[in-house]
Order: sequence, then C-alpha cells, then structure tokens
Amino acid sequence: MPNPKNPPALLEVQNLSVEFMPDKNTHLKAVQDVSFSLHEGELLGLVGESGCGKTTMMLSLLRLLPEAGRITAGEILYRNQDLLDLEERQMSDYRWKEIAIIFQGAMNALNPVRTVHDQIAEAITCHEEKTPKEKLDARVSDLLEMVGISASRGTQYPFQFSGGMRQRVMIAMALACSPSIVIADEPTTALDVMIQAQILELLQELSQRLGLSVILVTHDLGVVAEICDHVLVMYAGVTAEYGDVDTIYNHPVHPYTQDLIKAFPNLTNPLDSLISIPGYPPRLDALPAGCRFEPRCPKAFERCRIEQPPVYELKARHQASCFLVEGQK
Amino acid sequence: MKRYKYLLSKVLWASLSIIFVMILNFFLFRVLPGDPARAGVKDPRLTAEAQNAIRIRFGLDKPVINCFESINPLKLGSCLVNPLDTQFFIYVRNLLQGDLGTSYHTNRPVKDMIGEGLVNTIILIGFGQMISIFLGMALGLIAAWKVNTAIDFATLGFCLVAWSLPTFWLGIVLLFTGSTWLGLPVVGKFTPGGGLATGLPMFLDVGKHLILPTLTFSLIMLGEYMLIMRSTSLEIFSEDYILTAKAKGLKTFNILKDHVLRNAMLPMVTIIALNLGFTVAGAIQIESVFSWPGLGLSIFEAVGRRDYPMLQGSFLMIAITVIFANLLAELMYSYLDPRVQAI
Amino acid sequence: MSWAGIVMLLIALILAVFAPQIAPYDPYADIKVNIMDIYAPPSAQHLLGTDDAGRDVLSNFIYGARVSLIVGFFAAFISVIIGGLIGISAGFFGGKVELILMRFTDIMLVIPALPLAVVLVALTSPSLGNIIFVIGILGWTTTARLVRSQTLSVKERKFVLRAKAIGSGNAHIIRRHIFPLVLPLMVANSVLVISLAILEESTLSFLGLGDPTMISWGQMLNFAFTRGGVSSGAWWALVMPGLGIVWVVLGLTFLGHGLEQIFNPRLEAHHLSVGKNMVTRAKEGAGNAQP
Repeated sequence: MPNPKNPPALLEVQNLSVEFMPDKNTHLKAVQDVSFSLHEGELLGLVGESGCGKTTMMLSLLRLLPEAGRITAGEILYRNQDLLDLEERQMSDYRWKEIAIIFQGAMNALNPVRTVHDQIAEAITCHEEKTPKEKLDARVSDLLEMVGISASRGTQYPFQFSGGMRQRVMIAMALACSPSIVIADEPTTALDVMIQAQILELLQELSQRLGLSVILVTHDLGVVAEICDHVLVMYAGVTAEYGDVDTIYNHPVHPYTQDLIKAFPNLTNPLDSLISIPGYPPRLDALPAGCRFEPRCPKAFERCRIEQPPVYELKARHQASCFLVEGQK
Repeated sequence: MKRYKYLLSKVLWASLSIIFVMILNFFLFRVLPGDPARAGVKDPRLTAEAQNAIRIRFGLDKPVINCFESINPLKLGSCLVNPLDTQFFIYVRNLLQGDLGTSYHTNRPVKDMIGEGLVNTIILIGFGQMISIFLGMALGLIAAWKVNTAIDFATLGFCLVAWSLPTFWLGIVLLFTGSTWLGLPVVGKFTPGGGLATGLPMFLDVGKHLILPTLTFSLIMLGEYMLIMRSTSLEIFSEDYILTAKAKGLKTFNILKDHVLRNAMLPMVTIIALNLGFTVAGAIQIESVFSWPGLGLSIFEAVGRRDYPMLQGSFLMIAITVIFANLLAELMYSYLDPRVQAI
Repeated sequence: MSWAGIVMLLIALILAVFAPQIAPYDPYADIKVNIMDIYAPPSAQHLLGTDDAGRDVLSNFIYGARVSLIVGFFAAFISVIIGGLIGISAGFFGGKVELILMRFTDIMLVIPALPLAVVLVALTSPSLGNIIFVIGILGWTTTARLVRSQTLSVKERKFVLRAKAIGSGNAHIIRRHIFPLVLPLMVANSVLVISLAILEESTLSFLGLGDPTMISWGQMLNFAFTRGGVSSGAWWALVMPGLGIVWVVLGLTFLGHGLEQIFNPRLEAHHLSVGKNMVTRAKEGAGNAQP
C-alpha cells in the first residue's frame, strides 16, 4: 500500500552502468553502478567535475547516447516502467512528453532556418497529433510568455535571439508537452552571471508552479545549495555521495564531497587563500584499480588503492562510496 | 540584411561581370592572332587592294580603341578625332542593338542562330538538372544517413566513378549502346523531317531524342550532387539541433525531412551555382556527341568551321547565361536563408 | 582508399614512361595500310584492334598516357602556383588587395572555363604548350579560395602575431609560418586540380583542339568518333581511350578523397547513426540484448 509519507519515486535509477566502445576492443567505463531517485516536485542537483559522467548519465536516461555508447547494466524505472526495456519506437513516445532535456549551450541547439514558433509547435504535434491550429498557437504563445519572452517573437528565428533568450526558448520548448521531469544540463554555462540568476530563478519558479521535477546538472555548488533538495555528487563515473542538501553541505562523509565543500568560497567566512583539490580526475582509459578518488584523497589508506569501495547506503537516500563509512548506518 | 539590398548588390555585381565579359570578348577576338579576316589581311598572295577591301569590310581599318592605335605617344592626338569611330565602340554599339555579327559559314545573323541554340540548350540542361538535383539530394541524404554501411559505400563508389568519367566519353558509350541495342535516336533534336510536325507527335519525337543526352547529363551531375549532399548532410547530422530533434521524440524520417533537408538546401544552392561552369562544359560535350542543336553544338561547329563570329557570339551568350543563372541561384538563396530578411 | 589511387596512378605512370618498351607498335611510324586494316577488331596482332588509320589501338593507348599525364601535371602546376600566390596575398594583406583579388577570382569563377578555353585555344594554336598554358591559367580559382581562407585562419594564430610583434618582415612570416601550414592543403587540392586538368585536356582534344602532332586519349576519341567509329561498330577504339582517362582520374580521385579524410577528418558517427546496440544489458528474463 502506498505510504503517503514515502510516495513512490517518479524516477528510480538503479545500478546504472554506461560505457563507450569507440572500437571493438575498447571499453571506457563512463558511468558505473550509479543509483538515485527523484520524487515529484523535487529538484536534484547533479554535481561533479567536467568529464565525470554527468551528461553521459543524463543522455542515458533518454537513451540518446552517441553511437559508441552502451548501457551495460541497471534499470531506469520511470513510474515503474523500465525505460531500458522499451523498443526505440516506444522510447521516442516517452521522450519529451515525460522527460525533457535542456542541453548545455543553446547556441546551436535550435534549428537556424526554422522559426521558434515552429520548433516549439513541432514538439507538441509530435506527441499530441490532432491539435487544432488555434490551440497550438495559443499554447506556444503561453509557453513563450511563461519564460518571459513576448509571444510576438515566435515568428522570429534563433539568430535573432541573444544567448540567454535562446536558453529561455529551450526551456519553453522543454515544457511544451508538460513533462514530469526536466533535465537541465548546465543550463547556464556560457551565459553571464546576471542571466544565470534569472534562468535559475525561472527554473525554480516553474518547478514550484507546475509541480515539475528537475535534475539540474552543474558544477556550481552555490546554485545547488540554493535551489536543490537532493544532491548527487559524482566522481569519475561513480557516485561519490548522494544525499539531501543539508547532509551534503553540513555533514558530508565522502572525502571528495568534503573537499568540494571546502573549496567552495564561503563569503561569510573569508579565508586567506582559496583551497583546491590538487590533481586531476582520472582518464577513462586509465582508471585506477581501486577507489577512483584515491590518488587525490587526503584520507586514503592501503585498501583504497587495491579495492574499489561499493556504494554504501547509510540511511534512506544517503549513499557514499568510501571505505570510511563502511559499517555505518 | 534586407533582401532588396542583398539583391541589389548581386544584380550590380552581375551587371559588372557581364560588362567585363563583353570587353573580354572584344579583346580576345581582336588581340589573338587566329581571326581569318586578319589572317587574310596578312596573306601575301592577296593584292594590296584585296587586302584593303578585306580590311574595310571587317572594320579593321579603324583604330582598335582610340588613343591606343599605336604605342607611339606622338599619335595620341588621334584621341581628338571622332572618339566613337573605333572598333571597340562599333562593337559596343552593335552589341547594344543585339547585333552579334554575321556567321562566316551561313551568312545568317549570329543572333538568330544563337537564339534557337539557347532554347535547345535550356531544354537539355533543364531536364537533366532537375533529375540530377532531385535524385542527388535524395540519394546523398540516404547515403549520409546510412554512413559506413554497404549502401553508403556503394553510393560513394558510384559518385566517385561518375565524377571521374569524361562527359563526352560517357555520351559516346551511351550513344553506342543506345543505338545498337535499344534503337534510340542519337542525332539531333528531330528525326529528319520531324521538325515539321507539331503537337504530340513532335513532343514525343523530341522526347525520344532527349533520352540519351539527358541520361548522360544526369549521370554525370548526379555523381557530383550526391557527393556534395552526402558531405553536407553528414555535417548537419553532427549539429546540436539534430540531437534536440531526436530528444523531442521525432522519428528519424521527420528529422530528415523537416530539419536536415531544409538546412541542406542552402549549401546545395550555393554549390549548384558554383558548378554552373561544370554544367556548361557538360552541355557542350553532350551536344557535340549527340548533335543536339544547342549553344554547345554552335561552339563546337564554329570551332571546326573557323566561323569566328559564331564562336564569339556563342561564347558571349554562354557566359551571359551563366552569369544570369548564377544571379537566379543567389535570388533563390536569399529566400531560403532567413538571415536575409524580407523587405 | 588513397593506396588504391596511388597504385592506379603508378601503373599509368609506368605505362607513360616506358611506352616505347611496352607498346607493341610505334604509333608515330609510317605504315602501309589496306582497307582491311582500318577498324579491324581485336586480334592476335592487334590486341585492341586498329583505329581509323589502321594503327594499333593498344600502342596508341599506351603512348596516349603521356600527353594526358604531362598536360595534367604541368597545367595543374601552373594553376596551383597562381592560385597559391593569389590566395596567400589576398588572405595575408587583406584590405584593398584582398578585395581586388577576390573580385577578380569571383569573375573568373563565373565565366565558364571550357568555352573560354575553347576560344583561347581556337584563336591561338593547338600546340601542347599552348594547351597546358590555357588550362593552367584558367584553373586556379578553387585553389585561390581555399588558400585564402586557410591563410586567414593561420594569420590569426598566436605564433604569427608574435612574429609580427618582434618585427619580422612580411616575406619572412609568409615563408616560415604561413606557407608551411598552407602547403598540405595545396597538395590535397592539387590532386583535384590535376584531375580536372586531365579531363579538360581530353575534352579539348575531343572537340578538335588537341595538338595534332601528339597522340592523346581525347584525340583518339575525336578520330574514332568523327571518322566513322560508331557506324563501323569499332567499340574498341571508342571505349579504350576513355577507360584510360577514367583510370587515371579515378586514381586521382581515390587519392584525393583519401587525402581529404586525413586532412579534414569528418566524424563519421553522428546523431542519426544507427544506435541500435545502445542497451546491451540483459533483458529481465529474456536474456537477449535489446534489438
């Protein structure tokens, strides 16, 4: 019986593993054994350094990996339907209508020779075929207004919009079919700070108003602290730590998370010098045999170099992959 | 930018090009040594009067351009004498009146003979281009979609081979096989006497004569267009907006139709315009092989018969037609590219 | 693919260079013929039959390789040099120089090459040198454009700006910094220019403007076509020379296409590539990978 205190998750990702095979003999493990869940109305922040597999995992949710990508293990349960069991034809019905994505860098994400109106309308007619023209136009206008763009600009072309405006168009387009989940992949990179704030505010507001769940992929911890409910910290393709925002920021258990929080400049408590984490994340074709963070970890010990720590579940929806938490509950 | 401004600059440029070609045309035929009128003038077997008569008949007694009659600076005074009575200005005046001279061979005005030729060439090229553009775009798109599969390798192979064939040789081969094995007509536009027919029998007759030349033309151009369309499509396929389209849940067919094709037309139009020279070269060769009475055949025959007015007139006409076709292509481009706005 | 092209070209080159040794007959020698020798079909004495003058088609064919290759290479050489000069000057100096040169290039692009070549050769003389010259001076436009855009992009790179900052002269910068980066593109482009030159020479010869003293493949086709080859059913005289042209041009095309892949590698996987193998984990209970 569904427990009102613990409603079933909207999206439940279990033990997802993704790899790339650029040729027959190379297996690059981009994502390994990652699990998380997303409930209605929640905002999940997905954090990590460049190349840690965030985008790859997001693309996997929609099965939009490039040709060399392979989903090798796990389940993606959306409303209890495993998306990985679907045929491609069925999957394209789920895309956008249930889960939409806003790509990083909207510069080229819109077709330059078609009007903004047409592109948004196309998303609608793709999934709700027989929409009469007036309703379609009205809906497109509503969507544009919702993101703060004058509806009359619908007949314009993408090149006539600035970067920030184009990103808003992408958001409007993402909401066109009223999806349950919106994935925002670094929606504010390449935009200046003022616009960043606006876009994020917009996302938060829409989420509250429409009951939308959002997965926000970013490497900006400040943003995550402000608007997210849960945080998934990834490192080199594995879950470093996953928990609610309070735990992650105030009681992190994984050394990587701890260092990240420390490295983030705290305006209320200015330090003399900035702290950074020395070293670089490992290359996918040169992954260490043990814990992936071990080379840079200040608390590493012998076992970390030999064995890769599994993902331990400390309590409901708090995971960390570190031997230090082994046995804690 | 505004469309009318864009077009204005293109029309201006086209006009300048045409003027340049006209001037070039004049100098080529006056400066180069091959003209028999002038060769005749130098022929030592002619008497002085005969030489002079030839000179006067072809207007060779007049200075070429005023002031350049000779390099002797003392003769610059001739600028003051009637500046319009020079070969150059006579040429320009004739041109503006549509007079392209008289054919050495048939003694008919060149412009009449060229007029018929132009229509026939356009018929030949028109059909051929339509077929090869349409098929080229479709097949190029499919090849790109199925890149690195057997279909792609087959089409790529076909394109590379088609591109490497000399047009006239393909024409010869098709002529040979077509007439020997299929009994298709291979010479001219009409079967002898057929020029007198009208209505449906005439169209059928012309149509039969068009089959082999058009086939030749289409095959050659098809290779070129397929190749271009394939590479253009491959580039488009890697664009971010295609991933967006896929993420929106569009089926592949719709993506190809609504996103790829529309974007591919822009570079295709540009390429077609750039390839007009190639097109003309093909037309000349095909008309020569199949004796199709177009501008290409006029040039071919004029060369063989040393009919210089015809040669000059045909060349001018071809060059002007190409410049004009180029302009048309740019006009079409301005409608396809939203960055060139409506007025 | 480039290797196939190189092999094809080498074969043609060997044929051309060693023609006197390979060809069974000397095409330039005077021979006595009777009516039976004209357009004789392939036989033991004449593996590819005879042409309209009773000469051995095979020998003509082998010697014909020489003209095509000579014209092709030399004319292309001229074109690439002109194109390179114009391109680098336009790209490097910019401003008025670029404007004039590019406008000139645009006009040359619009004027159709073959008719102009026909006019030029017809009005001067159809000698080999002349043909090479004419094809050469008309074939530089694509090279010029290519070189100019490459020069423009190289010009903006840091090491050029640094060289300018320390006061290097223009000639020095062009020679040591720009040219080495433009050269590979010119080499790849010259393959295309050579094949176009060969095609153009064969066309001019076919149209009757070839050097009458030399045998070329286009010339052979002109004779065969205009002197009753079709009505005599002499397919050997009509097909072989064309195959020669196709062989060489195709070899060049393969080489060029292969080179282009090296210099301009295009990602051949794209968003619409077949991603059928995306989900490779076992299906619950079924045990097979997703189709």
